[in-house]
Amino acid sequence: MNIFDIIGPVMVGPSSSHTAGAVRIGYISRRLMNGKIVEANIGLHGSFDLTGRGHGTDRALVAGLLGMQPDDIRIPNSLSIAAEKGLKVSFFSVDLGDVHPNSVVLKLVGPKNRKLEVLACSIGGGRIHISKIDGLSANFSGDYPTLVVHNQDEPGHVAEVTSMLAHKCVNIATMQLFRKERAGSAVMVIECDQEIPAESIRWLEHLDGVSKVTYLSLQDPVDPQSGEESGKDSGARSSLAERSFL
Amino acid sequence: MSYQSLEEIVKAAKTGGVTFWETILMEDMKNRQVGSRESVAQMRTMYRVMKEADASYERRKRSSSLLVGGDGGRIERARQKGMLLSGDFIAQVMEKAVKMAESNACMKRIVAAPTAGSCGVLPAVLLTYEKQFSERENRMIEAMYVAAGIGEVIAARASISGAEGGCQAEIGSASAMAAGALVYLRGGDDKTICHAVAIALKNLLGLACDPVAGLVEVPCVKRNVVGAVNAVTSCDMAMAGVKSVIPADEVIDAMRQIGRAMPESVRETAEGGLAATATGIRIKKEIQQKHQEELEKIESAANPS
Repeated sequence: MNIFDIIGPVMVGPSSSHTAGAVRIGYISRRLMNGKIVEANIGLHGSFDLTGRGHGTDRALVAGLLGMQPDDIRIPNSLSIAAEKGLKVSFFSVDLGDVHPNSVVLKLVGPKNRKLEVLACSIGGGRIHISKIDGLSANFSGDYPTLVVHNQDEPGHVAEVTSMLAHKCVNIATMQLFRKERAGSAVMVIECDQEIPAESIRWLEHLDGVSKVTYLSLQDPVDPQSGEESGKDSGARSSLAERSFL
Repeated sequence: MSYQSLEEIVKAAKTGGVTFWETILMEDMKNRQVGSRESVAQMRTMYRVMKEADASYERRKRSSSLLVGGDGGRIERARQKGMLLSGDFIAQVMEKAVKMAESNACMKRIVAAPTAGSCGVLPAVLLTYEKQFSERENRMIEAMYVAAGIGEVIAARASISGAEGGCQAEIGSASAMAAGALVYLRGGDDKTICHAVAIALKNLLGLACDPVAGLVEVPCVKRNVVGAVNAVTSCDMAMAGVKSVIPADEVIDAMRQIGRAMPESVRETAEGGLAATATGIRIKKEIQQKHQEELEKIESAANPS
């Protein structure tokens, strides 16, 4: 907690959890898709479903998927911006069971039919938590560069990934392992202090036994939907505010 | 590590021979490992965003529930016609508090201070003060540091979240922050700042968070006025030499204790209080029905049979 958690963040209203947090969930999901999304099917759970419209949660999630940050004044118009940019969006109500009341599941489709399912919740004050990726536990905040590797549960994969990180001088901040069943599908979630080079991510994707690699980079990618750098595509935002929020 | 009590801040300021606001600035520099220029620039951004948000108020705008919007314009016109009992200062504070809170409900850009629901309190008193007293902007930034330091102590000792502590934790905290900032601007010393904080917070202890249909609209928008006006009167009392019998830090502790004792139904769950009145329940049902109809419309457009 610092003084700009008290005075700040700069955000589009009305609610830090239902609006600002929702933008951030969309934004982190977009990063997980490498900035490329053509279709989003969004399931709203609990309080997101019940009061989501009044809080603009739907528009906030889509704004984030378009690369906007929580203080972007275009958030209220995100649905029409999505239509202009060719992002197909649909919503449904869903009961996700025993999860945080402000939860959402995003079923995303990218080019070449790349699919990703993100289950996330907004935990208050604009902070978020990614609970599941493709149905497997993930459990990260999006505050760090994060590597999510889906693999077969067999010996050696953790060693392969961590030795690659050591080789690239990437320090691990936190690391978690989950599996569905013994020798079934497993996932490792690694939050890092540094960014992982793109070629190392590609190398991981080709490893035997690795089924999917998802990487959350905090660096600004080139925005394929506008052709501009997504972090800089709006004169409507202030860079100082962004720093306080991230 | 931030300050855990206002007493610590006052002591640190005295020992260091600096002011209250400089103590908070120095703490931020240490906390975030930034220079004073960077910290002050960021605070200036926050103040200017508040100013922009106030200036860009649109009186024709309504929230998507249609429950709020336009009241800031009504108060402004009444003030300009000289219809209001409140003097010009209080009238402007009231007008600005409603405008900012309405802008928030209408999805415009605001500064959460400390929360989005209470975003009208601090700018209402600060922007009115700057204009009416032709104050230099730098002094206003200094006052923002005073407010931030007070808010930080409240967050550390109690809470600034309605879900945890009820509305007293949001509007109450904002009011205490604004009261302290005003005392600084009026030239009060650090002890007077603490008395104003204590008085402001005491007046709002026990305030429930019971938003109709769970939206940051009713009663949140008008509560911003209470928080802002209470900040002005608390500042005036403290500057007049009125002292709080209970010290500020103990008042904050009392707020924490009251927050814990509050039933969950009046801590942002929209299950009790105003949200559970006959009208509150009717509004909630209407909003849900409208939501359902819109969903069905989207669905039928997506899957034409």
